[in-house]
Amino acid sequence: MGEGLLGWKEIKPGCVITEAGNASEYRTGDWRSDRPIWDKSKCVKCGICYIFCPEAAIEEDEEGYFYANLYYCKGCGICATECWTGAITMVEEGKAEDG
Amino acid sequence: MAKRVGMEVSIAAAEAVKQANADVVAAYPITPQTHIVEHISELVADGELDAEFVPVESEHSAMSVCVGASAAGARAFTCTSSQGLILMSEIVWIAASLRLPVVMIVANRSLSGPLSIWNDHSDAMMLRDCGWIQIFAQNGQEVYDGVFNAFRIAEDHRVLLPVMIHMDGFILTHVIESIEVVDQEVVDRYLPPYKPLYRLHPDDPVTMGAFAMPPLYTETQMAQNEALKASYGPILEAWEEWGELTGRHYRPVETYKMEGAEVALITMGSFSETASVAVDEMREEGEAVGLVRIRLWRPFPFEEFRKSIRGIKTLVVVDRAISFGGPGGPVASEIRSALYEEKDRPAVVNFIAGIAGRDVSPDDYKRMIRRAREIAPVLPEAYEIYGVRE
Amino acid sequence: MRERFGVYVPKVVTREEYFAPGHRACQGCGEALAVRLAQKALGRDTIVACATGCMEIVSSPFPYTSWRIPWIHVAFENAAAVASGIEAGLKALMRKGRLPSKRIFCVGMAGDGGTSDIGIQALSGALERGHDFLYICLDNEAYMNTGIQRSSATPFGAATTTSPPGKFSWGQMTWKKNMAEIAAAHDIPYVATACPSYPFDLMEKVRKGAEVHGPAYIHILSPCPTGWRFPPNLSIRVGRLAVETGVFPLYEVVNGKYRLTLDPGELRPVKEYLKVQGRFRHLPDEVIEQIQERVRREYERLLRKTRS
Repeated sequence: MGEGLLGWKEIKPGCVITEAGNASEYRTGDWRSDRPIWDKSKCVKCGICYIFCPEAAIEEDEEGYFYANLYYCKGCGICATECWTGAITMVEEGKAEDG
Repeated sequence: MAKRVGMEVSIAAAEAVKQANADVVAAYPITPQTHIVEHISELVADGELDAEFVPVESEHSAMSVCVGASAAGARAFTCTSSQGLILMSEIVWIAASLRLPVVMIVANRSLSGPLSIWNDHSDAMMLRDCGWIQIFAQNGQEVYDGVFNAFRIAEDHRVLLPVMIHMDGFILTHVIESIEVVDQEVVDRYLPPYKPLYRLHPDDPVTMGAFAMPPLYTETQMAQNEALKASYGPILEAWEEWGELTGRHYRPVETYKMEGAEVALITMGSFSETASVAVDEMREEGEAVGLVRIRLWRPFPFEEFRKSIRGIKTLVVVDRAISFGGPGGPVASEIRSALYEEKDRPAVVNFIAGIAGRDVSPDDYKRMIRRAREIAPVLPEAYEIYGVRE
Repeated sequence: MRERFGVYVPKVVTREEYFAPGHRACQGCGEALAVRLAQKALGRDTIVACATGCMEIVSSPFPYTSWRIPWIHVAFENAAAVASGIEAGLKALMRKGRLPSKRIFCVGMAGDGGTSDIGIQALSGALERGHDFLYICLDNEAYMNTGIQRSSATPFGAATTTSPPGKFSWGQMTWKKNMAEIAAAHDIPYVATACPSYPFDLMEKVRKGAEVHGPAYIHILSPCPTGWRFPPNLSIRVGRLAVETGVFPLYEVVNGKYRLTLDPGELRPVKEYLKVQGRFRHLPDEVIEQIQERVRREYERLLRKTRS
């Protein structure tokens, strides 16, 4: 919380924040100790992982498969637990291969 | 053509809210404010005022509704007294920090306990530091005019702060005065519709009321304090324009018969009118006394005040509230603080009078001045509670 | 048995994220998910008045905000009053021609503390006055943001920091206040219970509540890994167990008419729900039996209402 601290003259009246959703600059992905990995052979592209992610960190690629946006993913593991087909596995950071 | 109408001051206040075309009025009944909200609800029921009248379930919600409405871009008004004011005080502070131009009339009434429905300034003083612009009205005309001044000042983009108009409960609320009613087209010229700087609307989504961590908090308070200080200029402008339109010129501090005065009474609110009668009578008797009436309580008019009492030997400050265990009445404390750096400081004698509706007559002011002459400049006590029975 | 919706329905849900990632909620936060889903149902033309609490804190550390819709936080106990004010303000402005007329959903959002304890007065007032607004209670069953203290929504037997189990206590010694019933007693057009484990049921209810003309109340059970003490990946499972055991039935009350929106059939034993959570770990079987009895009784009472 130390970056670019505002001076009093830069604060808008009432401390209003006019940049809607600017919290998206914050990398919650740094919190993670495990990351979700998709096995595309098992993924049926149902989208339930996307629905259940509290961070809205799961996105769809051009082929319709889902993946975690690692900038935000906190590694909670809900997606892996809820996946119908068991296509998602949680792998420890550092041990994970790209995917 | 402006005309004079004899009406109860509360009714006049409600009529002003109507003429100011408020959009949302949220209020909870409390003596002695009730006539104001009752009349406003009649005006709304009859379609004379097109507003949402929100009969809230407590004063805390009254201010919360006003904050929500003002944040959405509506002109919002409420009024309360005493226990209602202290109950809503949490939100009163927040309204100022959110920089929302809510206007509130406070029908000043004593804070419990014991319970009292009668007038003094303890409720106002409890919110001295909250960040609102605060104006004390001396009479009914000032209350009526004050509503228009308040919205005009509050909604000015150089200000964007809520405004409180203090009027003495019963002494003003329940008294019939001859009020000069201002023509609607004059009001409309003076007070254009509210154009918020920021508002809650999906077309331009903003976040209001974020929380602040220690590294940022000081800066937010500085910003708010500077805004309140900077409102002084726009307040003077708003009053000047009102003076040109109506002939009634309001100033932060007013002097009365101060030429050649040695002793000056300092008062706020309806005290001032009675004190002026005492000053008239004493001047007839050859006494060199004068009166300084403080109208603008926040932001405090330091320079104007110091100017008004230059050369005076003794100030007799009459407070209408006690600061328990403190150095005196709130007004006297502020005045002493304002004069501390002055080379030739007057003696400041402080009386606390008129508590919870106890009458203060012109004779009382005369007695206070005579007593002040006895005890100044070597004051045995920092303050005296006037007329207390042992 | 999982929810009745087909596996392909998630693809139809809007991809708009009105509750932006980058918020500071705990891993696996059921409440954050509830808010995210509710916002998808509400859409762009929504204004939210939020009480002090978990969601307010994680979403608005000045100068950052997770909100992509207009949002205001004022204090702890007045979400319903602020929402009333926004509704009244918009109504007046549109009627007086100062704003173009259009339906904008006014939403009051608060936690269980900000609803059933400190916020109940403002809520009751707003419901009685009939404002056209939706109130969403995000119930994680304690004052989680301040460190897991009990509220009147904390279930019997749960351990919290102000209702700790000890020699003379099982933890929370009172039964959960039924806020949905209190809301329904105000005779408002729409009341519902929801849980993010049943996302489409939740979204449908939020949409229904917003669209109804008049006050609507939705009570959303928000599983909290941190406060309920279970691993974050189990949030959805815990919510599902709450529904399947009858602890938190999913129903709606439309103009006074009760209807289960999900029939879990034969209720699973309450023990299955309690054992997954650290906050109930200290309970002996006799107390669990007490809880089971109460759940059964309450559920039967609800079923009778749905049949009348």
